[in-house]
Amino acid sequence: MKLALFGGLYSNYLALEAAIADARSREVDEIVCLGDLGAFGPHPDRVFPLLRNHNIRCVQGNYDNSIGNQLDDCQCGYTDPRDNHFAQMSYEYTLKNTSDDNKVWLRDLPVEIRMVADGLKILLCHGSPRKTNEFLWESSTSNAFLDRLSAEYNADVIAGTHSGIRWARKLTDGRHFINVGVLGRPGNDGQTHVWSTIVRTGADADKDATVCRPSGPAVPVSIDFVPIRYNHHRLAKEMRAESLPAEFIETVLSGWWTTCLEILPSRERRAGRF
Amino acid sequence: MSQATSMYPSIELRSLDELWFQVAGTVCNLTCEHCFISCSPHNHSFEFLSFKDVETALQESVQHGVREYYFTGGEPFLNKSLRQMLKRTLEYGPATVLTNGTVLSRSWLNELYAAEQASRFSLEFRVSIDGPSPDINDPVRGAGTFEKAIQGVSLLCDAGFLPIVTMTQTWDDSDSLQILEDFRSVLKSHGCSRPRLKILPRLKIGAEENRTEGYQDTERITPEMMHDFDRNQLLCNHSRVVTNRGIFVCPILIESSDARMGETLGKSLQPFSMQHGACYTCYQYGTICSNTTLSPPERPTKS
Repeated sequence: MKLALFGGLYSNYLALEAAIADARSREVDEIVCLGDLGAFGPHPDRVFPLLRNHNIRCVQGNYDNSIGNQLDDCQCGYTDPRDNHFAQMSYEYTLKNTSDDNKVWLRDLPVEIRMVADGLKILLCHGSPRKTNEFLWESSTSNAFLDRLSAEYNADVIAGTHSGIRWARKLTDGRHFINVGVLGRPGNDGQTHVWSTIVRTGADADKDATVCRPSGPAVPVSIDFVPIRYNHHRLAKEMRAESLPAEFIETVLSGWWTTCLEILPSRERRAGRF
Repeated sequence: MSQATSMYPSIELRSLDELWFQVAGTVCNLTCEHCFISCSPHNHSFEFLSFKDVETALQESVQHGVREYYFTGGEPFLNKSLRQMLKRTLEYGPATVLTNGTVLSRSWLNELYAAEQASRFSLEFRVSIDGPSPDINDPVRGAGTFEKAIQGVSLLCDAGFLPIVTMTQTWDDSDSLQILEDFRSVLKSHGCSRPRLKILPRLKIGAEENRTEGYQDTERITPEMMHDFDRNQLLCNHSRVVTNRGIFVCPILIESSDARMGETLGKSLQPFSMQHGACYTCYQYGTICSNTTLSPPERPTKS
């Protein structure tokens, strides 16, 4: 089985178009979005027709829960005043510019999607299986903790997106945890592209792929992070026209995060410029 | 449960996400006037942990799915096994050291930076400095401690780390934004290009109880206050601390006998009755012991 997984759209409909085109070119069996459709970018309603027209199932992110229920803030989980300042600006813009129909659609999304791929139990969530806005960073998450989540939530592969930087780890018995990255903004790596993830299992996996050994027969699993290039200059222009913060536009054009930095562990922070 | 404790809400350990090590016991080179466990060079009520103590707990922690590890005291770097402990810990998961920054050495930090680079996990440092100037810091932490600790922060930054400076708040809330701004400037001028700051509330126990005042009887969590409260905000919901006298519920309450939960992690997982004034402060401020809350959230109070 071949899956395309992405999340954190943050209203970047241009990157979403590119990610869908990439997934179709790879002839994936299914595309799933792991939530946070709005935030950061312009014209939040533009991602919805793309998702519906391509039958893309979506997990509800914290942003989707907030917009869907018209809450006062995005529940992003930031703790620094500057980060919250910027989060609130984009939240108010997104809330105002999301149609009522789309709000209802967001409100009714599931908090997780489970599927079986070649016998492997796959759990797709937003932050972690236990909490939608839990940050799971590569450098601050032990293997023992991820093994516990796999056992408690009865999953061979867990995928999330919330923290926004892609990473994957092989766990005990060949199980996997994956952060699929986000389409909404670059990965704080000085590159302007964004990231999607392709998961291939069984006969679709590489010959030398890691073998997952759940309770049933062994199943090979391949995980590939795929750079998604899109017209980021156009996105920046549209953000400017919508009077979105200059700091956000700088991120789109430079590939470096300029906000939401205080929540990063030191290792992820040091990998960026700011 | 006795009548006395039934007045207070009980909190279950949701999961053991964080494991703390009281690695220097209550022994510290400083004698801060607001220390909630009255640490000093002469307070041996808790002693150093050995490397074997830490290794045993690390091994036991795996079955509980511990996510990250914290090292505190006292001053952790007084324990000469600390570097060895941290290197071993980084094989298991991320580690954070809470230090006063006054006894650091360049060679130790270079050694630890190399260990972090060899690991997939973060090694974080939290340095206690109680304000952006000696005028604010030194009356509480001791003469000359501001300069020494700032030098420690510079050493950490030189070695490649991004330390988090934690301040115990001894000023009015309305001054906090200015203090944060001032401290960012001070840290930048000492080689910290990306300052990370966290404000902590005063805990009115230990030495602080003598410096100012203790908790009033009304400053307690009631069962009603727990309705719709996010229990994840409380450390006792997801953590335990290893000491040389057994496992305690949190690093703040180690001098309270009821906070001793058992001899091993496996025997320390039972619920805890939150009957202390310090529990009320944790309730008000939330996640005060974790790395990620950089300034106090809006505080719920009794209404």
